[in-house]
Amino acid sequence: MGYTERAEDILEALWIAVVEEGDNSASLDNLDVDVQDPALLDLERQALIEIKGERVYLRSEGRRAGERVVRRHRLAERLMMDILDLKGNNANAKACEFEHLLNEGVDTRICTLLNHPATCPHGRPIPPGECCRNARRSAEIGVVPLTEMKVGEEGEIAYLTTSDTKKMQKLMSLGVLPGNHIRLNRRFPSFIFHVGNSEFAVDEQLAKEIFIRSAHSE
Amino acid sequence: MAVQNAVCAADRKIVLVGNPNVGKSVLFNALTGAYTVVSNYPGTSVEVSRGNCQIDGVSYEVLDTPGMYSLLPITEEERVAREILLKEKAHTVIHVIDARNLERMLPMTLQLVEAGLPVILLINILDEAERRGMYVDIPLLQEKLGIPVIGGAMARKRGLAELRQAIASYDSKVKAVFGYSRDLEKDIAKISEHLTGDYTLVPRSIALLLLQKDEDVWGLIRDAEKGSLEAIEKAVNDTVYERRMDLNLRISLERKRICRAILEEVVHQQADRKPTFFERLAGWTINPWTGFPLLLLVLYFGVYVFVGKFGAGVLVDLLEGGLFENYLNPWVVGLVHKLTSWYWLRELLVGEYGVFTLGVRYAVALVLPIVGTFFLAFSLMEDVGYFPRLAMLVDRVFKKIGLNGRAVIPMVLGFGCDTMATMVTRTLETVRERVIVTLLLALAVPCSAQLGVIMGLLSEVPGALPVWVACVMLVFLAVGLLSARLLPGERPMFYMELPPMRLPQARNVLIKTVSRMQWYFLEIFPLFIFASILLWAGKMTGALNGLVRIMSPAISALGLPSETTAAFIFGFFRRDFGAAGLYDMHSQGLLSPRQLTVAAVTMTLFVPCIAQFLMMKKERGWKVSLGIFLLVTLLAFAVGWSLNVVLGFTGWLA
Repeated sequence: MGYTERAEDILEALWIAVVEEGDNSASLDNLDVDVQDPALLDLERQALIEIKGERVYLRSEGRRAGERVVRRHRLAERLMMDILDLKGNNANAKACEFEHLLNEGVDTRICTLLNHPATCPHGRPIPPGECCRNARRSAEIGVVPLTEMKVGEEGEIAYLTTSDTKKMQKLMSLGVLPGNHIRLNRRFPSFIFHVGNSEFAVDEQLAKEIFIRSAHSE
Repeated sequence: MAVQNAVCAADRKIVLVGNPNVGKSVLFNALTGAYTVVSNYPGTSVEVSRGNCQIDGVSYEVLDTPGMYSLLPITEEERVAREILLKEKAHTVIHVIDARNLERMLPMTLQLVEAGLPVILLINILDEAERRGMYVDIPLLQEKLGIPVIGGAMARKRGLAELRQAIASYDSKVKAVFGYSRDLEKDIAKISEHLTGDYTLVPRSIALLLLQKDEDVWGLIRDAEKGSLEAIEKAVNDTVYERRMDLNLRISLERKRICRAILEEVVHQQADRKPTFFERLAGWTINPWTGFPLLLLVLYFGVYVFVGKFGAGVLVDLLEGGLFENYLNPWVVGLVHKLTSWYWLRELLVGEYGVFTLGVRYAVALVLPIVGTFFLAFSLMEDVGYFPRLAMLVDRVFKKIGLNGRAVIPMVLGFGCDTMATMVTRTLETVRERVIVTLLLALAVPCSAQLGVIMGLLSEVPGALPVWVACVMLVFLAVGLLSARLLPGERPMFYMELPPMRLPQARNVLIKTVSRMQWYFLEIFPLFIFASILLWAGKMTGALNGLVRIMSPAISALGLPSETTAAFIFGFFRRDFGAAGLYDMHSQGLLSPRQLTVAAVTMTLFVPCIAQFLMMKKERGWKVSLGIFLLVTLLAFAVGWSLNVVLGFTGWLA
């Protein structure tokens, strides 16, 4: 099912407006398209969207297709930021070009390479793909952020993703270091864990940046 | 090597280094006999203490450095600590570590040793480790490390004699060497071969710091290595590129590997042990369901009963009512009247605003018992290890007002003395947090002296205390929420070590209390005297009456009698002066319950005392402190005015 880059962009914008921002539809103005735009008409022909007057509605097929497009875009962003270390507008522009190259299969590879990230660099969720669901189901060796662990669960610190090097150094010098054993004691009101014989408390923001290879002690 | 020990005996220096909360300051006290504040809260020992000690007839200078986590500094304090290591040519460096966290803290010992520093390792708090079923084979560790290793518990002076012996007989020629993995060693060699300058640290250590992109060391190199700078830069960049991995992380992991190998067979942990009472207590303090009730208990017994009833009630009655009213005042007044007949001098010394009758009496009889009992309760909580847990507990709430849980410590301290708390705000990480806390302290956190007087005052009027509490809390939250929205800056992150809770040690608690009270006396007592002299001058010249007249309209707008103005002006010199002024007026029956409540709320919110203002200026600068001053004054009167209107409307407390 091929649609043009232009069509993918429209679908993506529509999906974000409808699914994430909770609108029932999007206006042509907001999508920045002309009613005669061939990409738009193409999408309608494929029964992904419905155009009623000034507004565009997302059909259930379109919902799935849109999710895939969004997923690819956000994976591309993660790749740009985390692996290729491109930041800012440049990264965004590159991600926009790049997402169209990520057809089925390539996005799975990249998702696995990135360890099934849950959010894009702007903090918006990446819709999980089949590979993520598989990884979750088999779950013997999953690398999850500390926020995903259960109380009493133990594991080994896999890596830290904080972008702030000072914070990273601080965590490392506190003994929050890859390879160290960690046990989560509490999730609320803050994340409290043991590393070695010391106890630490961190807030959720920071806990999200500590990734654990869980050992499933139970 | 660059470390020089061949200095004359009198200049021998002992430098104490280590993480925060491992007992450096306790060791410092044990060695020198002087004291510094020993604290559980990271960041209280910002300043470097120096002392002297004698071992076998040789005198040494002892330096206590701020806590540091690694030789690669992050905070200003760590930078200071490393600076000391680099600049002061130490005879011995004592690395103090917590036995319970041997594995975590040992990597820094490696860093110190590989830097070529003359290290003695002190494994402190061994008693508590043993209580947890941990056994450390000290002789084996010493053999494996190749440096002197002492086990002890400095709080009980265990191991102190051995440590002194180790210092006296330190042989600087023995050097321990650790090997990293071959590729890392190769990288180090590639860089250190270019180093030609003379540094306190050995080239190996410099090379490692260069690889970790340490800016200070790069600065050092740029000055010292004019000729080979390019070659060094190239060697470092090549290595970084070749490895394509965060070298910080890689070196940390290397060190961890070595430490694991060293500690194998050295540490024996007895498995399966029941949690001790304090571990269970620690669990209760961080569970919101038990933690908040516990907090209320602490507040009730620690603050209300101990400080409020005992300090502000029993002790104040004893000192003020007993000692001063009955014995000292008549005697001093009599003495002054006998010695001089000059009216102005009599007024200055024992008059209405006299240095003795106002300044000394307030400072000693009214404020000291309250502040003293508060500091005792605070130090006790601090020594038990309660505050980091409290910080964690309130973190979520504090995030709403633009702070993180760490800010709870200056806030709680503010209930003792806002001036001291304002000083302590410097331990907060961002400027934004510091400004918010300073503002809230100035506005809505009454200090213990004021609190004592106000609680005593309002408890006689039914219903007044709840109204006062509600008003102050409302203002606190509203201003916190607003300033979190309005002030620019990054959102704070919260991370904190939770040191184990333990039985408080009488000596520690006493030392902390005494040194806080000493600070209070040195910093605040002169201000009492200064304030009473100012008030005396104001009275003599008539300026005070002028000021009262100027402020009177504002006071009358609140529905208060004009006599209250004087209390408000006193309030600026000491918050509690003002409150005590109200107290006097109330006992003379000049205030109705409604007026009393309005006055108490306005007074609580009103401008901090002059000492706090000066501290604000020192910590935050003129612009911010004047801004806070104006804001607080406006808010105080606005809230007081509204409260008066509301009370008048509803007929409460009529």
